[in-house]
Amino acid sequence: MDKKKLGYWLFFIALFLGPLYLTEFRLALLGKFLCFALVALGICLIWGYTGILSLGHGVYFGLGAYCTAMYLKLEAAGGGLPDFMEWSGVTGIPAFWRPFANPAFALGASLLVPALLAAVLGFLTFKNRIKGVYFSLISQAVVVVFVTLFVAKQDWTGGTNGLTNFTTFLGFSLASPLVQIALYLITVLILGASFALAAALTKSRAGRVLSAVRDGENRVRFLGFNPTSYKVFVYSLSAALAGLAGTLFVLQVGLISPAMMGIIPSIEMVLWVAVGGRHSLIGAILGAVIVNSAKSFFSESYPDIWSIFLGLLFIIVVMFLPNGLVGAIESWKKSRKKSRQKGGTADAADSVVS
Amino acid sequence: MQPILSCRDVKVSFNGFQALQGVDLTVYPQEVRFLIGPNGAGKTTLLDVICGKTKASDGEVVYRETENIRRLQEHQIVHLGITRKFQAPSIFANLTVWENLELSLKQKRSLWAVMRARLIKEDKEKMEAMLGRIGLAHQRHQQAGMLAHGQKQWLEIGMQLMQEPEILLLDEPIAGMSETERYKTGELIHEISQNCSVLIVEHDMEFVRNFSKQVTVMHEGRVLCEGTMAEIQQNEQVAEVYLGRRESAC
Ligand SMILES: Nc1ncnc2c1ncn2[C@@H]1O[C@H](COP(=O)(O)OP(=O)(O)OP(=O)(O)O)[C@@H](O)[C@H]1O
Ligand SMILES: [Mg+2]
Repeated sequence: MDKKKLGYWLFFIALFLGPLYLTEFRLALLGKFLCFALVALGICLIWGYTGILSLGHGVYFGLGAYCTAMYLKLEAAGGGLPDFMEWSGVTGIPAFWRPFANPAFALGASLLVPALLAAVLGFLTFKNRIKGVYFSLISQAVVVVFVTLFVAKQDWTGGTNGLTNFTTFLGFSLASPLVQIALYLITVLILGASFALAAALTKSRAGRVLSAVRDGENRVRFLGFNPTSYKVFVYSLSAALAGLAGTLFVLQVGLISPAMMGIIPSIEMVLWVAVGGRHSLIGAILGAVIVNSAKSFFSESYPDIWSIFLGLLFIIVVMFLPNGLVGAIESWKKSRKKSRQKGGTADAADSVVS
Repeated sequence: MQPILSCRDVKVSFNGFQALQGVDLTVYPQEVRFLIGPNGAGKTTLLDVICGKTKASDGEVVYRETENIRRLQEHQIVHLGITRKFQAPSIFANLTVWENLELSLKQKRSLWAVMRARLIKEDKEKMEAMLGRIGLAHQRHQQAGMLAHGQKQWLEIGMQLMQEPEILLLDEPIAGMSETERYKTGELIHEISQNCSVLIVEHDMEFVRNFSKQVTVMHEGRVLCEGTMAEIQQNEQVAEVYLGRRESAC
C-alpha cells in the first residue's frame, strides 16, 4: 500500500519537474494530455466506480473551455467587440457574454455550467431509473444538440471555427514560454489534487456505496440508500472535472471548437479510460497520456492510419484487456504471487523429502 | 395487540395478469409468520409489494395502523424499518464481508452524511457481534462473492439485521442449505423474532412444521386460509391445491 502511495508521489513529482527535461514542444503536448487525463479521471469515477457510461463528456469539456474562452476573447478585444462577432456583423456584445468579462465569473462558470447541466440531466434520467445503454444514448443525443447549436449560432460562438486568437490571461501574455510553463505546472497541481480527492472519495464509505450502485443498484435501495442522489453527485462532479480540464486546455492550446466536443472526441475520452483501466484512477490518467502520445506519434508519422489504429486499439482492449493496462498488470502480479507461493511450498516439501 | 403491518385488498397485475387478486394479511409485532403456497401463488409478489419493489394497483399496505406505504419508494420503506432478503443472495460480491456489513449499518443515508461517516467504536462492536451471530467472524476480510452459498444467505440476513428492522421479509431463506445450516437458520429466525416481526416465504414443509406458529396459505393470488400448521393440514382446500398436489407429484 505504502509502496503504491510512494509511486503516486514520484509520478506527480516527475510530471511537475517536466519543464526541466522536456522541450517546449513536448511540454506543451504533455500539458494538453494532462488536461485530457483530468477528463479521464472524472470518467473513471462514473464509469469504473459507479457504472455510468457517459458517451457525452465532450460537452462538459467543451462548455468549460468555452466559458474561459469567452473571457479570453473579451480580454483580447480590450473592451471592444471580439473579432469573429465583427466579421459576422454583430453590432454589440450579447448580454449573456458580458459577465464573462469578469475572470472570476468565467472560471466559476466553467466549473458550474457543466456541473449544473450534468446535475439536471442526471436527475431527470437517474430518478426515472434510466440506465445502461439508454443513458449512454441520451448522453450522445446531448452532444448532438450542443454541437449543432454551437455551429449554428456562429455570431455567438464563432461557429465551426470556434474561439481562438487569444492574447492574454489576467494580463499575462499567453505567447510567453514562462506563462505556458506556469500553466503547465498549475495543470499538474490541479490534476494531482483532483486525483487525491477522487482517491479519498472512492475509499470513503460513500465510495463503497458508489461501487455498490455499480454492482447492484436495486440492492442498494434495500439498504436504505437512494441511488439517485449518489449518481447525480458523482456524475456532476465528473462533469465539473471535465469543465476544469476544458479551461486548462483552452489556456494552453489557445483554441476550442465544436469539433473538440463532438461524438468522436467523447468516445475517445472513454477509450482512454478503457485502455488505462477503468477500475483504477491512476490507470485512467495513464490511459489518457498513453493513448494521446500514441495518437500524436502516429498522426505525426502516419496521419492516414491513425483512425484505423484507434479502432484496432479499441477492439484489442475490449477483447483482451477488459480491465485495461492496470487491470492486466494487477492480475499478472496476482498470478505471479500465487505461483510463487505454490513454488515455495513445493520447494519446502522437496527439502523435507530429500 | 396492534398489528404492525396490514395488507388490505392488495391487487397487482402484470400486463393484465392478476398476480394478486385482493390479498388481506395482518402481521403482529414479534410474530414469525410463514407464507406458503404452490408455485406462482403470488408469495414473492406480496413481499415485493410490501417492500416497494412492485407497486400495487389497488388496496393498501398500512404500517403501524397509521401510514399507508403503498406509494413509498424502496429506501423510504427501509427507513421505516421494513427490510427484505431476496431469494437469490443479493450481497455485494466485490466488497468484503466487513464492508457489506458497514454499508448495512443503521445510519443516516444521505450523501453528505455518508461521505463524512467514520466507523466509530459502537458501530464496530455491532458489526463484530453480528459477525459472531451469523458465524462469519473468520471470513470478515473475504470478498463476499467467494463465500459458500449458505454463508452468503447468512451474510444477507446479517445485513438486514444490521439495519435493526421492525419487520423482516425473508424469501425462501433456506433454499440450497444443508441440514445443519437449515437448523441454525431456524434458530436464528427464532432469535430474531424477539425484537422484530418476520414474514417468511418457505417451501420446505419440514422447516415450516418445526419453526412456525402461524401459517398463511396463498393460492392463485389470494389467501386461502390461515392457522397453525396442524390446522392447515386438516384443511380440505389446502390439501387439494397444495399438499395433495405435492404428494401426488412425489
Ligand atoms: N414481473 C413479472 N411479470 C409478469 N408476471 C410475473 C412477474 N412476477 C411474477 N409474475 C407472475 O405472477 C405470479 C406470481 O408469482 P410469484 O413469484 O409471486 O409466485 P411465488 O408464489 O413466489 O412462486 P414460487 O413459489 O415459484 O416462488 C406467477 O404466475 C408469475 O409468473
Ligand atoms: Mg417466489
